[in-house]
Amino acid sequence: MFNVQDIRKDFPILSRKVNGKPLVYFDNAATSQTPQQVIDAIVEYYSGYNANIHRGVHTLSQEATDLYEQARQKIQAHFNARFSHEIILTSGATHSINLVANGFSSLLKKGDEIIVSALEHHSNIVPWQMLCERTGAVLKVIPMNEGGELVMSAFDNILSKNTKLVFLNHISNALGTINPIEYIIEKAHQVGAAVLIDGAQACPHIKPDVQALDVDFYVASAHKMCGPTGVGMLYGKEAWLNKLPPYQGGGEMIAEVTFEKTTYADLPHKFEAGTPNIAGGIVFGAAIDYMNSIGFDDIAAYENDLLDYATQKLLTIEGLKIYGTSKNKTSVVSFNLENIHPYDVGTILDKLGIAVRTGHHCAQPIMDFYNIPGTVRASFSFYNTKEEIDALVEGVKKAKMMLS
Amino acid sequence: MTIEDIQNEIIDEFSMFDDWEERYQYMIDLGKDLPLIDDQYKTESNIIKGCQSKVWVHAEMTDDKIAFTADSDAIITKGIIAILIRAFSGQHPKDIIDADTSFIDKIGLKEHLSPTRANGLVSMVKQLKMYAIAYQTQLN
Repeated sequence: MFNVQDIRKDFPILSRKVNGKPLVYFDNAATSQTPQQVIDAIVEYYSGYNANIHRGVHTLSQEATDLYEQARQKIQAHFNARFSHEIILTSGATHSINLVANGFSSLLKKGDEIIVSALEHHSNIVPWQMLCERTGAVLKVIPMNEGGELVMSAFDNILSKNTKLVFLNHISNALGTINPIEYIIEKAHQVGAAVLIDGAQACPHIKPDVQALDVDFYVASAHKMCGPTGVGMLYGKEAWLNKLPPYQGGGEMIAEVTFEKTTYADLPHKFEAGTPNIAGGIVFGAAIDYMNSIGFDDIAAYENDLLDYATQKLLTIEGLKIYGTSKNKTSVVSFNLENIHPYDVGTILDKLGIAVRTGHHCAQPIMDFYNIPGTVRASFSFYNTKEEIDALVEGVKKAKMMLS
Repeated sequence: MTIEDIQNEIIDEFSMFDDWEERYQYMIDLGKDLPLIDDQYKTESNIIKGCQSKVWVHAEMTDDKIAFTADSDAIITKGIIAILIRAFSGQHPKDIIDADTSFIDKIGLKEHLSPTRANGLVSMVKQLKMYAIAYQTQLN
């Protein structure tokens, strides 16, 4: 039974004060907070199992290796990948994207086309621009409409037999829009293009099934899913991962090394050069366990309720405009007050103990589309409450009064 | 008045306030009185990097004294830069270069001094001092 007050007890940070006020944490789309169960897993690892993995013959190393590989299996099960070696542990979604972009540089040629969406985070634009510079491939963009949704008819028009790759986020970090990835994957596959979905913003809210989606690559970051920073994952279909060359050279990723030739290790180790973030990987597993113990159906239902409540309450403030009004969106409200800079609103809210994000959210093309410097973004998680949203609404009213 | 005198005057003014709200309200009001930069200087090259809001600063020297004008699209940022300019404008380049800026801490705006703070107060101070260094080399 979902009980938000019980859940809040799992998060020690939620009881702290900021600027003398109870913390209201609405910057969940940037990073989520960490429950005690996950903090305990970090302590447990360093207290009882810390060792380098995969090579040691001693017991500690074997135990740490078992825990690390069990975490990989948990991640595999969570995303419903066919094999655990299709899960590459990385330092986060950005690392995962760069790994794939780098791999494709040897597979693309001049005249090939890559499609991204207008709703992308810079981390899903810049690596592809760099890839285009290296290969002579051309970057095309699926445009967005006023409501912050991708225009699918335009996608149909730019998709062609020259399209080799399609990259977009599952959910927009700046606006919360849930993109129609099922349609995009199906259409892209019809022309033989591969699809990478950036799930960084989706995974805190929903449980993606990579086999049902038939997606070629899917990436996520642990720190947005109640896990630690500095760890994430890349799911890739086995055939694609075999086709891509290694990203970095080093220990762990080799089968045999001579000065004449090195042969690479099998998946997943081929892409995991050097000592990985062992604690991070293991604790990523603990975070997934925690979120599943709450249950994604309950999480989605509760967060949708928070979103509706916040949207309705915020819109009662005169001069407040919400950006991203799709019916399909997660619990993110991106807004501005008329003639007031988002930075000013964020600063006043901070003085009231309310953490929001202000600025362009690493998605400048979206801000350019709306011709605004940025927005105030409040993003809600399953441990937030309607009372906290009331505090936000009061805070925004106060900011408006002080700043007008 | 020396830079230090002006800074002490600002510290005195801020000491009258009981809470952050009054301090911020005063700062917002100061922002409204900021000596505005002439539109011709509101160029891309005059924007101070490292600020989430846009900040333009222009400097001119007459009789060995630097006059600063500025603008920002965010009002709190304007307030902060108004305070800095009040302390530095009309002063000799060398005095600006040598000036201590810890008075910001003393007026209860310490949070704006963190290097991670997106308003870039640190960048603003640096930029004003850069202008002073540039004019100082002209004087040498």
